[in-house]
Amino acid sequence: MSTSRLLTYLRQDRMPHVWCPGCGNGVIMKAFVDAIDRLLLDPERIAVVSGIGCSSRVTGYLNFNTMHTLHGRAIAFATGVKLARPEFKVVVMGGDGDVLAIGGNHFIHACRRNMDLTVVIFNNNIYGMTGGQYSPTTPEDTYASTAPYGNIEDQFDTVKLAINSGATYVARSTVYHYVQTVQYIQNGLKHKGMSVIEIMTNCHTYFGRYNGMPEPVQMLSYFKEKSVPLKKAEKMPPEELDGKIVIGEFVDIEKETYNEKYEQLKLKLAFKEKE
Amino acid sequence: MSEYVLMQGDEACALGAIKAGCRFFAGYPITPATEIAETMAKELPKVGGTFIQMEDEIASAAAIVGASLAGEKAMTATSGPGFSLMQEVIGYASMVEAPTVFVNVQRGGPSTGMPTKLAQGDIMQARWGTHGDHPVIAIYPSTVEEVYRYIVTAFNYAEHYRTPVVFLMDEVLGHMRESLYLPPDSELKSVPRAGESVLEDDDIFQPFIGDDQMLAAPLIKMGKSRFHVSGLVHDESGFPVGAAVDANRLLRRLDHKIRLHADEINICDEYMTDDAEILIVAYGSVARSALRAVKIAREDKINVGLFRPITIWPFPATRLRQLLKKTSAVIVVEMNLGQIVYEVSRLNRRSTKLELLSKVNGEMVTPQEILDTIAKVKSEVLDL
Ligand SMILES: Cc1ncc(C[n+]2csc(CCOP(=O)(O)OP(=O)(O)O)c2C)c(N)n1
Ligand code: SF4
Ligand SMILES: [Mg+2]
Repeated sequence: MSTSRLLTYLRQDRMPHVWCPGCGNGVIMKAFVDAIDRLLLDPERIAVVSGIGCSSRVTGYLNFNTMHTLHGRAIAFATGVKLARPEFKVVVMGGDGDVLAIGGNHFIHACRRNMDLTVVIFNNNIYGMTGGQYSPTTPEDTYASTAPYGNIEDQFDTVKLAINSGATYVARSTVYHYVQTVQYIQNGLKHKGMSVIEIMTNCHTYFGRYNGMPEPVQMLSYFKEKSVPLKKAEKMPPEELDGKIVIGEFVDIEKETYNEKYEQLKLKLAFKEKE
Repeated sequence: MSEYVLMQGDEACALGAIKAGCRFFAGYPITPATEIAETMAKELPKVGGTFIQMEDEIASAAAIVGASLAGEKAMTATSGPGFSLMQEVIGYASMVEAPTVFVNVQRGGPSTGMPTKLAQGDIMQARWGTHGDHPVIAIYPSTVEEVYRYIVTAFNYAEHYRTPVVFLMDEVLGHMRESLYLPPDSELKSVPRAGESVLEDDDIFQPFIGDDQMLAAPLIKMGKSRFHVSGLVHDESGFPVGAAVDANRLLRRLDHKIRLHADEINICDEYMTDDAEILIVAYGSVARSALRAVKIAREDKINVGLFRPITIWPFPATRLRQLLKKTSAVIVVEMNLGQIVYEVSRLNRRSTKLELLSKVNGEMVTPQEILDTIAKVKSEVLDL
């Protein structure tokens, strides 16, 4: 990978970006174009759809067909895009609030349908754009602007949610683990069917500041220390995994996609019409 | 080839849409619009199109905008509760100028209301349902044959003006079966979608440039263009901008592209308005009762006429203004507590007597009720 080549996938005329200095979103954006570049995908046949949030602003900087849509609805828009143009690689990018709170219903149903989409979740455990309110992935007992006395809600485990809803490729990484992040996004893009890649990222500005890690580097160290590779985690007792971030590829199965089934239906009916 | 067939309103809506080139439908079941989804589920895959039943109406609306931006003509259909859920997406479609058709087969509201009953309560929601100032076109036919014809118009307007079009129907129109003349293809022209951009390799297509008519350049298919769309206020390239001047320019262009073309867009129907002293304004299935009432009143030598807006938004103000100048009284008949009556009163500069016949019990206004109102108005205004 050469950085200057990767720059061609970005809309450099749209820089500087809106993100805070040190925000992990930039790392994920780079990992994404890196994965595209390694796979030699045709940029004209890629569509990236995002919702609303700091992370969702990524579509403005990516030089593909891009749609910055509504809070929570990116997967639903993307479903329309993919069904209208099956030859496209359709990617959804968005935050934990966007995909798992307001967009949670669309997320589980796209998983259930095994819709041929790649969903990259920028999980910073917080609503960044609106100023640090707790999200469905904010850990219990941590602080947020709307959890001034500590969060009393349980958090979603994105990986379990995706697997149990029917996603056929599910992985988790962190912005500290760049190499794995690129690898999982590549595998997700190559995968046929619903692929979900959750990437833990730092919103030091809000999550960090509310929870004693106001510097990006503190949060990166946190990701480094808290992460446990899946292989290792499988051998650990559940109590020891409390508060840990298990990273790796959790599911990678081959299964007919919604899109394939619908195409077959069309063929069958066209055949019938001709008879 | 043309022929007469017996068809239900909802079915005509679906089949007309396919005629218009609709190749993507996403929806969620709701009375009295479900038959549109059912027809689409059956027919679309046969013509190479795609039907999907989404998890809710928000998803359905979002999916059709996605499909439209990707390059297919797309539609969804719902009724009151679902139409309420779709509002945020309709605003997005206006903002990114995505040609889309949103069918609302109205039923009694508010809330769950009367699912199987007739109402026309969503007239203002069709205009102002989503937040912020935005343009909209809404078409509301009265017969099954008109449903078939005007759904094609709805798609054409959506393409030409690059805007969401709301296609209003009502429970009676959706569920009624009647004989219709199936027009030959030559009578139903549809505006095609532009192909992929033919611009130079590294050009980024700029899809939001208004011409001197304030119309946006036709939407091109997703692909080579690599365009960006955003619901944020954007400049001609589709990218967000912060400057107040750009917001002003965008909002006014969006408004003007419909407002300045209202006379081209407007479709209305009239019956015996030339010498009408009393004018009835009615639309949708209710206009059928009004037509009957006018015919009976004419037999009794009462000079009544019917004005029927088919494009509800933009409201056909130019024509109604002319008619108001000639009439002594106007009766608005609607199955709501009074919505279009405000449009009429706004145009009624000479204070022509304005009477509202409103009904909200879910049962069709009868010709007799309209005749009674005609008699009442006549005695108050004409028989002095
Ligand atoms: C319908 C709707 N509700 C609320 C908002 C306000 N809002 C914008 S971004 C956001 C949360 C963003 O959080 P997340 O998706 O986690 O993205 P992040 O900013 O953390 O990357 C909210 C609530 C909105 N834009 N639209
Ligand atoms: S607020 Fe948080 S998520 Fe948003 S740009 Fe700043 S650091 Fe990143
Ligand atoms: Mg977030």
